[in-house]
Amino acid sequence: MALKGNLRDFSITQLLNLINLARKTGMLRIRGTEAEALIYFREGRLAFAALSHEPNDLASVLYREKKISASQYKAIRARASKTTDKSLGLLLVNAGYLSQEEILQSVQTAYVDVIKRLFAWAEGLFEFDTKSPPPPGRILTRISLENLIIEGARRLREWEQLQNEIPNLNMALKFTDRPNTNLRNLNLSIEEWRVVSFINPKNTINQIARAAKMNDLEIRRVVYGLLQAGLVELVRPELETPPPPPKPIHTALEGKSVDEQRSLVNRLISRIRGI
Amino acid sequence: MQTVKIVVTGPFNAGKTAFIQTVSEIDVVATERKISSEAEKVKETTTVAMDFGRITVDEDLVLYLFGTPGQRRFDFMWEILSEGMLGFIVLVDSTRPETFREARGILETFHAYAPTPYVVAANKQDMEDAWDIDDMRIALRLPPEVKLLPCVATDKQSVKQVLLELLFSIMEEIEAGQK
Repeated sequence: MALKGNLRDFSITQLLNLINLARKTGMLRIRGTEAEALIYFREGRLAFAALSHEPNDLASVLYREKKISASQYKAIRARASKTTDKSLGLLLVNAGYLSQEEILQSVQTAYVDVIKRLFAWAEGLFEFDTKSPPPPGRILTRISLENLIIEGARRLREWEQLQNEIPNLNMALKFTDRPNTNLRNLNLSIEEWRVVSFINPKNTINQIARAAKMNDLEIRRVVYGLLQAGLVELVRPELETPPPPPKPIHTALEGKSVDEQRSLVNRLISRIRGI
Repeated sequence: MQTVKIVVTGPFNAGKTAFIQTVSEIDVVATERKISSEAEKVKETTTVAMDFGRITVDEDLVLYLFGTPGQRRFDFMWEILSEGMLGFIVLVDSTRPETFREARGILETFHAYAPTPYVVAANKQDMEDAWDIDDMRIALRLPPEVKLLPCVATDKQSVKQVLLELLFSIMEEIEAGQK
């Protein structure tokens, strides 16, 4: 089955949300107007990311991150241009130039930077290939996507899209039952933490906004980020006074006894089966 | 003679007319017009008021299938059509992720009109570009208890299965009301 479309219709934040929640493994290829992005995920975590129009080998990443000097960069390009990133990383660690942590940190920063730049892409054909292997020889990471998703939501400026995503501020929020998510690992802003502190099925989003002194746009943006990161879900607010119990019979079945209702639905089932 | 109705709703070009046509014993009474908007020219005509199909159950009972217009500008028809429905089906085109958000909105709107049982049918699952059901569930933000069913609106068995699943949900609700 395909997982493809256009970022115009299904944003990079929504894609990351899907990949995160479905714990997907595979290569996401996005053909933008000026460049192509290749992003590899393992079990819903970011493992690799690169943009086609800029060098993304380890030497270039370390040079950009100022971990190696211009002369070291030139030397590596001259002597080890055919060495894979993994081999080069080992060489640098064994030679004592850099620690494993420094290399991994630089690679992670570079991959995250690619994703952050993708948030600005309004257009781009994307396709997710679950059969594609990880890029050979590259250093793979295991970066969780929740923080990136929240970062993407913070950059969302389109009022219309936010309103479509969260049309009703009279809904409430509750935390999802996801055992692998730890709120403490998230890089939330003070405003976002304030919203999180009010999350309760009894509080509507409107009430949270008032308590956190946020306008409609601000609260929608924060809630959108938390929703996309899979941390919360929208629920109908629990009322202080419970509503009257729902009618036991359906509107279209009103006035009938339960046996008559059963009989009617069973007749419909038999007829549909016989078509 | 008693009549009951099921409403088939969903975004523009989701396949609602085809869905009803596949199981209706009469030619669907369609109120279609040529499409004037360039943006919506993915097909020649569209439903502007409603589609209307019929399945005679026995001499005392008839099931009507009502298809809603998919475009938002005809949403004044939705509430009228949902009046007294037994349940509803939200049809979503599995190949057009750009309509998923709208499908979610339609689902919420109909559920607000009448909290009746409903199922979501992922249409065009036979096409190469169709999204996987599990991916669609996440994109549509459907909780696990909501039935999301693969569907091909032109295939009788597939349409029957969607209708049956909705009827099973209605039966479950009747039984739950007893407890």
